[in-house]
Amino acid sequence: MSKKRFTIALAGNPNSGKTTIFNNLTGSHQKVGNWPGVTVEKKEGLIQRRGYEILVVDLPGTYSLTAFSIEEVVARDFILEGKPDVVISIIDASNLERSFYLATQIRELDCKVIFALNMADLARANGITIDAEKLSRLLDVKVAFTVGNKNEGVEELLDMAIDVAESGKAAHPERRVRYNREIEDEISRIKDAIENCGKPFYNSRWLAIKLLENDRIVRDRITEAMGIEKGSEILALVDERRVHLSDIFDDDPEIIMTDERYGFIAGLVKEVVTLDRKSRTDISRNIDMVLTNRYLGFPVFLFFIWLMFQATFTLGAYPMEWIEKGFGIIAAWGGACLPDGLLKSLIIDGALAGIGSVAVFLPNILILFFCIALFEDTGYMARTAFLMDRIMHMIGLHGKSFIPMLMGFGCNVPAIMATRTLESRKDRILTIMITPFMSCSARLPVYLILAGTFFPRHAGTVIFFLYLIGILTAVVTGRLLRSTVLKGDDAPFVMELPPYRKPMLKSLLIHMWDRAKMFIKKMGTYIFFGSIIVWALSSFPMHISYSVDYDAKIHAITTKFSELSASATDREKIKQLEAEKETAISELMAAKRKEKATKTYMGKIGQTISPLFEPLGIDWRGSVALLAGVVAKEIVVSTMGVLYSGYANDDGRGNLGAALRSSGMTPLAALSMMVFVLLYLPCIATLTTIKQETSSWRWAAFNLTYTTVVAWVASWAVFNMGKMIGIG
Amino acid sequence: MLLSQLKEGEDAMILRVGGHGSFRRRIMEMGIVPGTEVHVEKYAPLKDPLELLVKGYHVSLRVEEASLIAVEKMADRGQAQ
Repeated sequence: MSKKRFTIALAGNPNSGKTTIFNNLTGSHQKVGNWPGVTVEKKEGLIQRRGYEILVVDLPGTYSLTAFSIEEVVARDFILEGKPDVVISIIDASNLERSFYLATQIRELDCKVIFALNMADLARANGITIDAEKLSRLLDVKVAFTVGNKNEGVEELLDMAIDVAESGKAAHPERRVRYNREIEDEISRIKDAIENCGKPFYNSRWLAIKLLENDRIVRDRITEAMGIEKGSEILALVDERRVHLSDIFDDDPEIIMTDERYGFIAGLVKEVVTLDRKSRTDISRNIDMVLTNRYLGFPVFLFFIWLMFQATFTLGAYPMEWIEKGFGIIAAWGGACLPDGLLKSLIIDGALAGIGSVAVFLPNILILFFCIALFEDTGYMARTAFLMDRIMHMIGLHGKSFIPMLMGFGCNVPAIMATRTLESRKDRILTIMITPFMSCSARLPVYLILAGTFFPRHAGTVIFFLYLIGILTAVVTGRLLRSTVLKGDDAPFVMELPPYRKPMLKSLLIHMWDRAKMFIKKMGTYIFFGSIIVWALSSFPMHISYSVDYDAKIHAITTKFSELSASATDREKIKQLEAEKETAISELMAAKRKEKATKTYMGKIGQTISPLFEPLGIDWRGSVALLAGVVAKEIVVSTMGVLYSGYANDDGRGNLGAALRSSGMTPLAALSMMVFVLLYLPCIATLTTIKQETSSWRWAAFNLTYTTVVAWVASWAVFNMGKMIGIG
Repeated sequence: MLLSQLKEGEDAMILRVGGHGSFRRRIMEMGIVPGTEVHVEKYAPLKDPLELLVKGYHVSLRVEEASLIAVEKMADRGQAQ
């Protein structure tokens, strides 16, 4: 027999400690996914207690249950449609009035509610004493005290939730927010009209309230559920009553009702709270005296960012090396074990090399995510938005867009995932669209080679300007999109600056791991297949008719040298002959690889598309390298290695540099190529992330087209202006 | 006077929240409703946005948005906050 199952939903404001309680309740039994159809994270966990199987669902953190943001719609829909057995409304006890705003709205939904007064210790330290019994009586809800970050009261809360779920008794409908007479009259009028049309699909009082508040979603649902005829009848009545109320109060009914709710809450707080002002301390305020200080704010911020990048790249370099070595060992072992042939090549040059080139970034990404989680969990993230908003606002963005864009310098994939902290969809899409112009670390090797070879004395300056061009392109694109496709007011910057909190390692690790998991998943699928496609394109057709019979030549050399060394007497001579033989063979092998590269599908594609790149000063080899870079931009270097010098394993950079120079590439052409690499379409991983985060292929396709066009135009401009002023 | 005209450290009582539909509603849902006391905690280093203390918590608003909120300045109560 299967166990009886309950569903408990956790609702609360952002920063109310909801996630901490969720982590404490579910521990490692968590499943993170998305709510259907939207990119709002859905977290749930299945636990066992008292013979029940309990599904705990963490609703998105919201301040209200109106239908402004996706988060609010998701939370509301789950309470209405998902029919959880109990809703635990998590209330920040040190921030009662605002927390009650959401809590009373949940209470209005007439589901079974428990109020969890969280961070009770902090409230006490602030001199706030809450009369839980009175609160429980006034609103007819169960009230529990919890201290999430110390795991106090969480077990009791769970037991209480089970009791309430078992009890089967619905909440008392009388004990909820009461509005003023005029509004109450209209509520009952509309409520009656709804009830006259048959059994309502939700609580009819709630429907009436939402209709009076002009809630779009509820309006649509009314016509959906009741049919066009009855639905429009009700909506006509609602519109009429709304006009009537607006006349009386000289304001929109929804504004009056918001005001009334706060009025009700003020009364409630007066009843249940005793304030001891003397013991009130505000540590966060003191911390902010430094962290958002007029003079110190920015330097400290820059220091933290510097520290984050140091940690990511310096600390990350060690495990990176281990992973590289590990893949090297596996490849060598595979090379020794597997028989020569197509399968071996597929496994080692295709799959392993592809995954390996991305897996090395895993340490960087883990550290970066850890730092971001640290910023978020301590409350510093909101301060960075506070500091940066002025600057970001000039591009038509929100202060919160800054961190994702900054992360873009590391890797665009986590950067785009980090845009989830933005509330407005337009802001989020805009940030996603311009983040790929932040030059990620995979592009750096390309600059190092090209700038190092062609601008040896000014490599640093050239690279700096490349980064700057990326940022400027992002700014221009931002303004452009904001005034065209993504028009509209940016979301109001009403942002809470939550109190600073000591981060908990467990929740930091959970945060970090949740995001890293997504990265790994992507690596396992898209990048895997992407690298196999590139491998296939560059290894087929298998049988190429070479202009020279390389194998015969190699054979001839081997025979010739073995004859020579047989006749040679002293050891020195033999050694010298061996060395000569090696050079001759490797030269031939290189020439063979080079010819092969031109005759594979990849080479053919490159030669076909090369007319497109000619105006940019990039030859067909460069075109092939750029094409291969679609999988991951660092592949550009290894492909150039193959095509230009024929040394596939080019470890001495000077080698490739010399080859590049002798190939006839000019400094100007190199510059043009660097600009192209900087701006052109982000790698497959980034594109799929864009698709996933915007939940639309259209945005991914737009980004692909837009970035490539911009790259082409910019490179063309660089190349031709350079020619005009006579460089290169 | 307008909320955006207050200086750092000043206190005021909110009289009216202006602006259009969703913005106004959002502001009010965060507890910035008529009759509430606000304390201007500070302006960001670039003078925008500003940080307010409302109903015991800290919230930030852009100057542009604060200029839609009418307030009545309250007598200086020193550092009583």
